[in-house]
Amino acid sequence: MLNRYPLWKNLLILLLLALGLLYAAPNLYPDDYAIQLSGTREVYQVDEPLLQRISTELEREGIHSKSVELQDGSGMVRFVDGESQLRAKAVIAKVVGEQYVVAMNLAPTTPDWLRALGAGPMKLGLDLRGGVHFLLEVDTVQAVAQRLEVYVSEIKTKLRQEKLRYRLVDHRSDGSLEVKFADEAMRDEARSLLRKDYPEFLLSDETVDGAFYVVISLTEQTVSDIEDYAVKQNLTTLRNRVNELGVAEPLVQRQGRNRIVVQLPGVQDAAAAKRIIGKTANLEFRLEASPQATGVTTETYEFRSQPGRDATIERDIIITGSSVANAQAAFDENGQPQVSITLDAKGGQMMGRVTRNAIQRRMAVLFVEYKSRTLTETVDGVVEERRIPYVEKKIISLATIQSVLGSQFRITGLESATESSELALLLRAGALAAPIYFVEERSIGPSLGAENIELGVMSVKIGFALVLIFMVLYYRVFGILANVALTLNLVLLVAVMSLLSATLTLPGIAGIVLTVGMAVDANVLIFSRIREELNNGVPGQSAINAGFSRAFTTILDANVTTLIAALILFAMGTGPVKGFAVTLSVGIVTSMFTAIVVTRALVNLTYGGRKLNRLAL
Amino acid sequence: MAKQNKIINFMGLGKIAFAISALLILISLGSLATKGLQFGLDFTGGSLVEVGYEQDADLGKIRQIMSEAGYQDVTVQNFGAATDVLIRMGETHDPKLGDAVLAALQAGETQKIELRRNEYVGAQVGEELREQGGLGMLMALFMIMVYIAFRFQFKFSVGSVLALAHDVIITLGFFSVMGIEFDLTVLAAVLAVIGYSLNDTIVVFDRIRENFRLLRKEDAVEVINISLTQTLSRTLMTSFTTLLVVLALAIFGGETIHGFALALLVGIGVGTYSSIYVAANVMLLMGVSRDDLIPPPKEDDVVDELP
Repeated sequence: MLNRYPLWKNLLILLLLALGLLYAAPNLYPDDYAIQLSGTREVYQVDEPLLQRISTELEREGIHSKSVELQDGSGMVRFVDGESQLRAKAVIAKVVGEQYVVAMNLAPTTPDWLRALGAGPMKLGLDLRGGVHFLLEVDTVQAVAQRLEVYVSEIKTKLRQEKLRYRLVDHRSDGSLEVKFADEAMRDEARSLLRKDYPEFLLSDETVDGAFYVVISLTEQTVSDIEDYAVKQNLTTLRNRVNELGVAEPLVQRQGRNRIVVQLPGVQDAAAAKRIIGKTANLEFRLEASPQATGVTTETYEFRSQPGRDATIERDIIITGSSVANAQAAFDENGQPQVSITLDAKGGQMMGRVTRNAIQRRMAVLFVEYKSRTLTETVDGVVEERRIPYVEKKIISLATIQSVLGSQFRITGLESATESSELALLLRAGALAAPIYFVEERSIGPSLGAENIELGVMSVKIGFALVLIFMVLYYRVFGILANVALTLNLVLLVAVMSLLSATLTLPGIAGIVLTVGMAVDANVLIFSRIREELNNGVPGQSAINAGFSRAFTTILDANVTTLIAALILFAMGTGPVKGFAVTLSVGIVTSMFTAIVVTRALVNLTYGGRKLNRLAL
Repeated sequence: MAKQNKIINFMGLGKIAFAISALLILISLGSLATKGLQFGLDFTGGSLVEVGYEQDADLGKIRQIMSEAGYQDVTVQNFGAATDVLIRMGETHDPKLGDAVLAALQAGETQKIELRRNEYVGAQVGEELREQGGLGMLMALFMIMVYIAFRFQFKFSVGSVLALAHDVIITLGFFSVMGIEFDLTVLAAVLAVIGYSLNDTIVVFDRIRENFRLLRKEDAVEVINISLTQTLSRTLMTSFTTLLVVLALAIFGGETIHGFALALLVGIGVGTYSSIYVAANVMLLMGVSRDDLIPPPKEDDVVDELP
């Protein structure tokens, strides 16, 4: 028994470890405080002249920047400390104006040669970095209800066009629609028309008290399509809004059937973020009702800024906020906040057609907000949350139409500059297809994040040191070898985490600590076996070999079962807990490699190939 | 180090161990049934605000300010340090809660107060998480049972899963009796305990399996005693090193993961004991014997060829 690894095996191990060191290395470079600059749309590109202007302005303000560079179409300005970053943000925002998003960021300082190899540092979770986390639920029931509304008006128009005289199109309490007719022939004709045009309808006939009905309900597939569409649409809108907020590396992701996770690292003002993200606001443009109009075609709404004052306006909507192509906040000649709006082609046409016949009449801009009251009540001992959604519509401006409006005009009558910029942002980012509710919110201050890192790193260090000392005391030379393997395990773990771009969380750090403790286990198993063999009188080299080979199956079984637990944790966990599952799983795999293969290589190098009289074990 | 010839009669203490386990489980289940777990925000839903003072915070004053400001169901406690205060509220969701609380507290203060953390979890989400957590634990137990039944034998898998259930129940019982908050990280720790405790049990099982094949004269009790003795030093070593790091985590890791570290500490402690006594005892009760593990004929050839 020689206990020698062939050269290729040693080289392979060496190569793997070298790769490990290489990919773990980016974590040694501390992040820079940086400001990231990107255009809000394609037209607004970040270019060298713009960056030049920024550096000149920064110099003038006496803010020292480490570098100003162009990176994949966005600008990156780095600073030495958080204070200059904060001051610079205001300066840069002023230079570039509203067309650009100015976001605070922590930029990795990975050297170019490492970046070229695809190496980068681990991502830090919100609990380590500070920031806000939202879990939003899309009200899919509301989405279906909204679609039904659209169907009602479509059906009415269609039947009218075909000269099929209906009495009533109405909702039923079970969510279906009914169309009432006075005679049967008309009903049958309408039914076949609807069947042809709306394959998504389930149609049935009913005759009650001499009236003839077509009952319309949606197929299950249609309902789930509508729900799915609403969630996807909201996801897109939320992404737009988050991008507008100017957050570096935000996460907007669907979770489950009707939930959306939004994570904004580094954001401190959770309330402001929430106001923008959660707002289900829209605009409606309508004409003021003429004095002779009947009550059926008009509605009365209160003014937003003047409670008590109201106006009666037409029921027909000219256009809604979804026709808005661009919106910019600005101030009018009197210094009042306003929003300049550009409509898309179709919206512009509609606006032109309606206002042409309405010069000197007044047009109202309605601010529509989908809100809800949450009631928490206990039903049969179970706490239930019930949301009662309601729509709030208020007039924000009522102004006389001086001339035919085209695709460009402006809205005044806003309360403050904040409101005008938020309204502009919401109009740009688009409306939400269905109301959303916050079901979870966590915001972590930056100092708590820094503290968590500090404490986490300290416990890793201390735990690690204790284990190292103990191993040397107990297993002597073998202990030292195991310690080398343990250290390499830590390096590999960090390398794999970095390569996977996995997110490190506080429980994730705890996972690393735990891995350190458990990684020793494999070595302990092997060494105990070798000791046993030696006690049984087996000569040194054979004892080493037997120890490693016998312990192998045990280690495998023990680790696979832990891996099962870790994977389940990964599947069900969210955020921090998922981080724990990831480090634990990766740690199990790397520890098996280092404890079995690397330790063996080290033992072979130390003791292999010669006659052993005594083993320091 | 345990010498080969001196076999400790572990199973002789089986009755005492059984009594201890039964007692602990009864206490745990009793407490879980009457007192329940003190679920954290993650599971109950509600709001939480953590603020940091420059000097030691006056909790009484904070309570007074909060009740004057009209907040109901408020609990105020220190969090980790005397300058840190955790305020929990049953409030339903209010986007400006964190800022409002901060403003109320700051009003009568000269020192600067910092908003460290602000969390809100909807009751619905909390409930789902509770269900998911329970389901996850059962899933883990079941899959592990299947794996062990496949790798070892059915009696082994029952033994190990009962040992695991024993560890989980006692760990949960500990949290219930001590009234320590049970949050998501603690749940993660309990799942880690499942993985860890099993690790120990499997090492013992592995040796039992090996010895059943190796020792032809001894009966089941003797085989188990021999196996436990042989693995004792390793079991204690691993538990010791793991406990070392977990202890470091509990002491230095900060308040946020204190519960997590505590759950691991208890779980690993109980897990070490259970892998010696509970798992093997259950197998003996089920009448485990050599016949359960008829060795595949080629076994002896394979051993020495591995790396």
